[in-house]
Amino acid sequence: MFYREAGDFKTSYTDDNQTFPIKFDRYRYYVVLTVAFGIIPFLINDYWANAFLLPFLIYSIAAIGLNILTGYCGQVSLGTGGFMAVGAYACYKLMTAFPDVNIFFHVIAAGGITAIVCTAFGLPSLRIKGFYLAVATLAAQFFLVWLFNKVSWFYNYSASGQINAPERTVFGVPVTGANTEAWATYLFCLVFLAISAIIARNLTRGMQGRKWMAIRDMDIAAEIIGVNPLRAKLSAFAVSGFFIGISGALFFAVYLGAAEAGDSFGIQKSFLVLFMIIIGGLGSIFGSFAGAAFLVLLPVALKLVGVDFLGWPTDIVAHIQLIIVGALIIIFLIAEPHGIAQLWRVAKEKLRLWPFPH
Amino acid sequence: MKIKLTTMALTALMAAGPAMADLVFPSLSYRTGPFAAGGIPFADGYADYFTLLNERDGGIGGVPAKLIECETAYNTEKGVECYESTKDEGALIYQPLSTGITYQLIPKATADGIPIHSMGYGRTSAKNGKVFSHVFNYPVNYWDGASVGINHFKKQAGGSLEGKKITLLHFNGAYGKEPIPTLEALSAQEGFSLNTIAIDYPGQEQKSQWLQIRRERPDYVLFWGWGVMNQVAVQEASNIRFPMENFMGIWWSGAELDVLPAGDGANGYKALQFHNVGSDFPIFDDIKQYVTDAGKAAGAGDQIGTVLYNRGVYAAFLAAEAAKAAQAANGTKEITAAMMRDSMEALTIDEAKMAAAGLPGFGPEFQVSCENHGGGGMAAVAQWDATAKTWSLISDFEASDSGIIEPLIMADSKAFADENGIAERCN
Repeated sequence: MFYREAGDFKTSYTDDNQTFPIKFDRYRYYVVLTVAFGIIPFLINDYWANAFLLPFLIYSIAAIGLNILTGYCGQVSLGTGGFMAVGAYACYKLMTAFPDVNIFFHVIAAGGITAIVCTAFGLPSLRIKGFYLAVATLAAQFFLVWLFNKVSWFYNYSASGQINAPERTVFGVPVTGANTEAWATYLFCLVFLAISAIIARNLTRGMQGRKWMAIRDMDIAAEIIGVNPLRAKLSAFAVSGFFIGISGALFFAVYLGAAEAGDSFGIQKSFLVLFMIIIGGLGSIFGSFAGAAFLVLLPVALKLVGVDFLGWPTDIVAHIQLIIVGALIIIFLIAEPHGIAQLWRVAKEKLRLWPFPH
Repeated sequence: MKIKLTTMALTALMAAGPAMADLVFPSLSYRTGPFAAGGIPFADGYADYFTLLNERDGGIGGVPAKLIECETAYNTEKGVECYESTKDEGALIYQPLSTGITYQLIPKATADGIPIHSMGYGRTSAKNGKVFSHVFNYPVNYWDGASVGINHFKKQAGGSLEGKKITLLHFNGAYGKEPIPTLEALSAQEGFSLNTIAIDYPGQEQKSQWLQIRRERPDYVLFWGWGVMNQVAVQEASNIRFPMENFMGIWWSGAELDVLPAGDGANGYKALQFHNVGSDFPIFDDIKQYVTDAGKAAGAGDQIGTVLYNRGVYAAFLAAEAAKAAQAANGTKEITAAMMRDSMEALTIDEAKMAAAGLPGFGPEFQVSCENHGGGGMAAVAQWDATAKTWSLISDFEASDSGIIEPLIMADSKAFADENGIAERCN
């Protein structure tokens, strides 16, 4: 009844190639976009923006970035926190050095700088694979955080090593700094997420994505059929770095407003984003969203239930939260190793057959 | 089940409903994570003081104080979430007990008109009230601490530090890096050579740092640590037999639980303090009578009288005094965050007020003004006695060297004002 191709006739190749070929899916996508762009900005308040929506949007961009590298191209990376720091510090340096340029371009430029750094750290991937590559990217994580702590040029020689985002506006509306409105920061991040997701989706279902997946599935076979591993792997690092850099820039400039490399972009950030794509689903753009939503919403939801509703002491709730999140990660890995995206796929298959499953 | 849920929803509604009538003091505490050892006693003291005011005096000026506790785990993202979830409940003042969270909140709280009191932490240059309208760091800041510590070593060395070697062992973050500019200026003035050694979060492993200290043999070591790294540092210092009287921590590295694990080896370790230590004050009788014995103590109730518990009490005392002054100045009991801010800017703490609160001689006397949000910058040195297991002050509250610190504060706050386009106030 729902979600099926029957009666949905395609009359051109363009129609047949579109991202959501099934009508029901396509309408769902339009509804989500309408709600996100047309309804939420009118209902949003500071708490919803800062507790749920901004972290969700920003982590989704980071998860998309890491998913391209790890999920599609099969290169395990533990350097996400460090690469986000590159985006954040690049954005800070650009914001303070060129105050007249629109913040929108700073964020994109920060993504570009991160792409270059990420490609440089991706060079070892041509020689080493798997766990060994993970260790090499781990080195990137520690090196980058150390660098931003050590070299005071990166934080404009401030006494404490903190970087602070000054106020910047888009069309006269402040999106960074102190006097921001919740809807403005939300929409600013949402635009970046929407564009990133569309680019990522189209990259991964086109030739480039097929090359990445070929490398992921078996690199020797991929090389034999004519995929250049050097270009495929490094392009995955570059594209991944671009998205992660954008997310780092937004994380610092729009969400936190002030940051410090070791505190905000430490190794735990790398693991958090990695958990997001593992729980959400490796090799799936939807999985990046689902994983980010899961790991952002769950702790806040547990806190709301435990502290505000049941009135338990804050430390007990914090400990229970660690237990529940940890247990859920293990349960997910055992029960559904392909993540939330796989659950979604199964649900769609069921919907196609309903009400006559065979 | 349904009835139970409805009742719970109703109770939650009722609890949320009349909240506006209370004086709301959010407590962004951390009872979990690597810094919980320091966060728990502070949060207990902060909560117990307000419980005492409610139980004994019926609140502040007859209005009950309401404490909203929110767990941050010293994590800046959770701190932001806590801030956003509590600010609409009528929050009067934020004391986040974390330099990182303070940095996040400075622009947000300034825009929302809620004062921040970062007592002995946070952004040092917030002392300049001309730039930072809603941030206060009285009675003392890190740069005062660095200066008072160096003055103490100078006295200990017989009046001159010429040619001495001093090492700053610090947490590799905003908090630990704060004193470096002051110490560099002091090193140029006093003629000692300064070396800084960083400890990365969370600091359970410091072998290489102490190996470096052992090799370089500094005359004195200043220590900016927090949480679990304090215990490790004191233990390592005792392992390499570093003379403990030449090893001094900032006030966040000088609690009982920092030195107890090292046993006798920690004897003689020094730490700066900006308030008195011990439980020999009248207020502790009241806390026992109204809070502990009534079963209303926060947390496990086993921290009473420790250094950090006292600091929580002191923080709550300063907040309550400002609220009291705001009630008097505005002739209303229901004060707002804006009234609270004005009152903090005109706050005077003298011996009479401390004695009236049951805290005679607890801290230095100081005054806050529009230009000076940092108080007098007075700190004392405390020393640990491992046999008696007590801290005791071995000096009076002494002022820092403002000739060194003032220009640095002006330079740093000016940089912030330029970056953010803030016009100076108080003119």
